[in-house]
Amino acid sequence: MTAATATARTRPMGKSIGPVRRSFAPWLDPDAKPLVEFRGIVKRFGETVAVDHLDLGIYEREFFALLGPSGCGKTTLLRMLAGFENPDEGTVSIDGKSLAGVPPYRRPVNTVFQSYALFPHMTVEANIAFGLKQDRLPKDEIDRRVEEALTLVKLTGMGKRKPDQLSGGQRQRVALARSLAKHPKVLLLDEPLAALDKKLREETQFELADLQQRLGLTFVIVTHDQEEAMTLADRIAVMSKGRIVQVASPAEIYEQPNSRYVADFVGDINILECGLAGRNEGLTRLECPGAGAVILLSQEIAADPGTKVFFAVRPEKMQISLAGPAEPGVNSLYGEVWDIGYLGDVSVYHVRLADGQTVKATVANRTRLVERPITWEDKVWLSWSPDAGIVLTK
Amino acid sequence: MKHGPSWFNVTSVTLGFAFLYLPIVLLVIYSFNASRLVTVWGGFSTQWYGALFQNRELLDAAWVTLRVALLSATAATFLGTLGAVALVRFGGFRGRTLFAGMIYAPLVMPEVILGLSLLLLFVAVGFARGFWTIVLAHVTFTMCFVAVVVQSRLVTFDRSLEEAALDLGAHPLTAFIQVTLPLIAPAVLAGWMLAFTLSLDDLVIASFVSGPGATTLPMKIYSQVRLGVTPEINAASTILIGLVTAGVIVASIVQKRRATRRLTFV
Repeated sequence: MTAATATARTRPMGKSIGPVRRSFAPWLDPDAKPLVEFRGIVKRFGETVAVDHLDLGIYEREFFALLGPSGCGKTTLLRMLAGFENPDEGTVSIDGKSLAGVPPYRRPVNTVFQSYALFPHMTVEANIAFGLKQDRLPKDEIDRRVEEALTLVKLTGMGKRKPDQLSGGQRQRVALARSLAKHPKVLLLDEPLAALDKKLREETQFELADLQQRLGLTFVIVTHDQEEAMTLADRIAVMSKGRIVQVASPAEIYEQPNSRYVADFVGDINILECGLAGRNEGLTRLECPGAGAVILLSQEIAADPGTKVFFAVRPEKMQISLAGPAEPGVNSLYGEVWDIGYLGDVSVYHVRLADGQTVKATVANRTRLVERPITWEDKVWLSWSPDAGIVLTK
Repeated sequence: MKHGPSWFNVTSVTLGFAFLYLPIVLLVIYSFNASRLVTVWGGFSTQWYGALFQNRELLDAAWVTLRVALLSATAATFLGTLGAVALVRFGGFRGRTLFAGMIYAPLVMPEVILGLSLLLLFVAVGFARGFWTIVLAHVTFTMCFVAVVVQSRLVTFDRSLEEAALDLGAHPLTAFIQVTLPLIAPAVLAGWMLAFTLSLDDLVIASFVSGPGATTLPMKIYSQVRLGVTPEINAASTILIGLVTAGVIVASIVQKRRATRRLTFV
């Protein structure tokens, strides 16, 4: 950690690490061995199945996010890695070694708890030193590591305070420092920023990502906040009902969701029910009688004509206009402006189609004009390019 | 809107406290009575306190009571805390309901029955009755009070603190001693105080299980009162009241200081 910290101090963030970061994708390398491996994990609590035959590999130096609604099993998965829960079936391993039967206090992982779980009767220093004392490190080594951890989270000089004399953000940093001081192989973060207000949360997100890159550690974060997962993670696993629906990079999750569940959970999306009508001139043709449109897109679909599919397109990829497009009804929808949500940076137009379903389109507010050219009850066209949308089959 | 307590409130509180404490106040006043007759005021005097410290029998009894209370309260606190931890932490283990029921049974069991059954037990196993049988009996009946007090604190205890200790590499026993115990200490201390006080003024159970040579202060006072109340007894009682009051005040101050500290740490 010392070496990594030292380089980070002499080398400003961004330029030198950025490109390296972009090419970081060990999961694409067939020879790479994951650091953390879940294999065939099943966990039941009474009647309910919290984790259902789950397989997952997390690689060294990866910032991995487990994303899903509450009750999807993401925290259970994290607790199994920490050792607080044992799987009913399957194995969890780190570095190829199974963790079965290894108690939490002998695992090379440390956790930042959602409640921070700082010991209220100890000073900040004593909190950080607690874990190091358990390893029976010499006193000067403990002092050095406590100081190092405090520097890392920018809390130098706060060592003598008690947790109740710190702000929420500072407590979060102490929890982080306490775990990092142990030099874990994997750092687990259980909704670590949930208790902070929005502004502080965003700041801390960037600091966390920066810290992870500087230290070159493996982080696994559990969150229900898709923005947080997108900002922090190299890869995101979207979970539902104890299973992983998709594991991919944030951009892939957003642009190429593999199912309606993922598309809907991460960001806003419009989904139209269509029938596959074949392929010609390099474009796939969909017919959507409900929405009253024909859709042409470049994506190839391996299914028979007539199959029911879902066409999904993000609101920001739609253009809204009063005049009809070149080919009305092709890659476009006609409807009436039902509602306008003004969010400051963008406005969201809710457009009601002939069959009653509502489609959203966002428009960036590039000027300070208060009077918009398109307003309530206007008849408008929504259109998009052939590579804007995606076909989902499940 | 009217601020402060109304006349009705003041009156009811005064009457309530009078009902509870007037007899005790009377006893304290009469312990400073110069007259030998308990019910006739003969002027202020501390002679009975002097006489009390000349009364070997009474002093011996007080010494026995104090040792019994210290030993039994300490043992009961240890066992009661362990029992509470088992009930709160070990989840739904086999026989949990039975275990809980058995821990709390002495809480509602009539003292006479508890005393009698303990007497029968000691006789059956041939245990010589005396100082140690009183200690054992007191541990048995005060343990449940400790368990109740400690359990109520453990239930609200943030479990993730223990998990954090384990996560940082502490053995479960280390985690308990270094993290859990300091944080539930006020409850453990309050439990000890309660057990100490209960043991201090127990008459029924001690009478059943004591043997020759081991007479506690309540037993002594009771046997002397049957021959007539002397001002000496009043003096002894006053000292006892003073001790218990001091204990309760200290315990509540400790609890209060901890509580305010906890409040600021949200």
